Amino acid sequence: MAGSILFDAPGPKTIARHRLYTVLTVLVLAALVGFAVWRLEDTGQLVYDKWEVFWTPAYVEVIGEALLNTLKMAFGAILLAIVFGLVFGIGKLSEHALIRWPSWLVVEFFRAVPVLLLMIFIFYWLSIGGGPLSPLWCVIAALMLYNGAVLAEVFRAGVNAVPRGQAEAAYALGMRKSQVMLSVQLPQAVKIMLPSLISQCVVALKDTSLGFYIVAPGLTAVARPIYQQFANQVPTAIVITAIYITVNLLLTALATWVQHRLIGEKNPIDLSRVGNMDGGRAV
Amino acid sequence: MEAVFSNFDEYLKAFGLTLGLFVVSGLASLVFGLFLASLRVGPVGIMRKAAAVYVTVFRNTPLLMIFIFMAVAMPKLGYNFKFIEDFEIAGYSVSAFFFRSCLALTLYTSAFVAEAFRSGVNAVPVGQAEAGRAIGLTFTQSMRYVVLPQALRAVVPPLTSVQVALIKNTSVAAAFGMAEAVATMRAFNNDNADQRIQIFLLFAIGYILIVEVVSLASYALERRWKVA
Repeated sequence: MAGSILFDAPGPKTIARHRLYTVLTVLVLAALVGFAVWRLEDTGQLVYDKWEVFWTPAYVEVIGEALLNTLKMAFGAILLAIVFGLVFGIGKLSEHALIRWPSWLVVEFFRAVPVLLLMIFIFYWLSIGGGPLSPLWCVIAALMLYNGAVLAEVFRAGVNAVPRGQAEAAYALGMRKSQVMLSVQLPQAVKIMLPSLISQCVVALKDTSLGFYIVAPGLTAVARPIYQQFANQVPTAIVITAIYITVNLLLTALATWVQHRLIGEKNPIDLSRVGNMDGGRAV
Repeated sequence: MEAVFSNFDEYLKAFGLTLGLFVVSGLASLVFGLFLASLRVGPVGIMRKAAAVYVTVFRNTPLLMIFIFMAVAMPKLGYNFKFIEDFEIAGYSVSAFFFRSCLALTLYTSAFVAEAFRSGVNAVPVGQAEAGRAIGLTFTQSMRYVVLPQALRAVVPPLTSVQVALIKNTSVAAAFGMAEAVATMRAFNNDNADQRIQIFLLFAIGYILIVEVVSLASYALERRWKVA
């Protein structure tokens, strides 16, 4: 909503007041940045030694490998979650109560349970003491279950967002239920869902950081040995966070681009209503 | 099963701590998020920009990294939050662990709360504000009687999903020295390897109960505020 509708065009007094606010904000922000830099300098965080590791080729390689592992976990989890979500999302749309209710239960369960709880459970159950899964796969499995449950809701919302007439027309042509779903509803729904799907990658990518707790490889896991060796906790935290933010912003830009290409200015499925923000509930 | 039931007080204590983290950082994030949102819809350009940068940065940072900042990096800058333990109220004081966990959760959640508020204000159709202005309401009147009541209703569902996410996010504190539900489950797991699945289910049910109570409360609120 444009602010200008709510109030009259600002007069000279208001403009002067706004200018004062602008100056004050700039001063406060500058003071904050200055204070942060002063603290960093004062505690000796800005010395070359503490930052050198981040352009030492051997360590850059290690961090690059960690980033690759993080991406591997995120995309592996999302790919598996798509399968999981498709099965249970369509399950929730089923006409048979025997399929619908178990699907509902599975989706609700995995959406309400913290990813970290899932991750630790899977780690203790299937990894520790010669279990079949490596910590990396524990992270992928936990993220698959959680994101799959979220995506099931996205798929359901996507299929429901396809105009009713499409399915009715397909039935009128004599198609079977599975044909209607697979060749009419799903292909159209995918177009609506794609941006949400990419945004979900951001959530998954952020959650891979939880692998820290079960010593899975990844960016957060590599941060610990680095700061333990060089005692450069602050620079490490800053650099690793910057990497996460950059990758996430690239993913978000991709989601926006796909949205413009595929569905124009129309709103995508509102993920905040189906459980973006690391959870939530369906409408 | 009996591993948990014979130590049921520990189970309750763990969820008490989870609830404590949730309530404190939930309220704090509502306040700070509302502040950020008001900056974002306000008329001063630089305030809008600053709030937008905050939201972008914190939304794209993993919560775990914010915890690393609070628990690992801040002490190196001379902030270990120990001062908070000096404040005593009726013999109780807040631990530094609890304080920095709430701080991390609040900083992270506020970004999402701000977005929820903003989307609530944006959900009010422009025509409503225009109509308010057209019948001669002032800025305050049109906000008070037209825009805000509708925005408040629109903001409940997204705000609920943010708070539900916060309940689950409190679990990250487990990695930084809080004996809340997830850390306690891990301890139970270490001691009773043969009852893993039951232990997991009992702790999962604890979380589901909390999430359901918050969701039901929000449904009730939504229904009560609904205009026919």
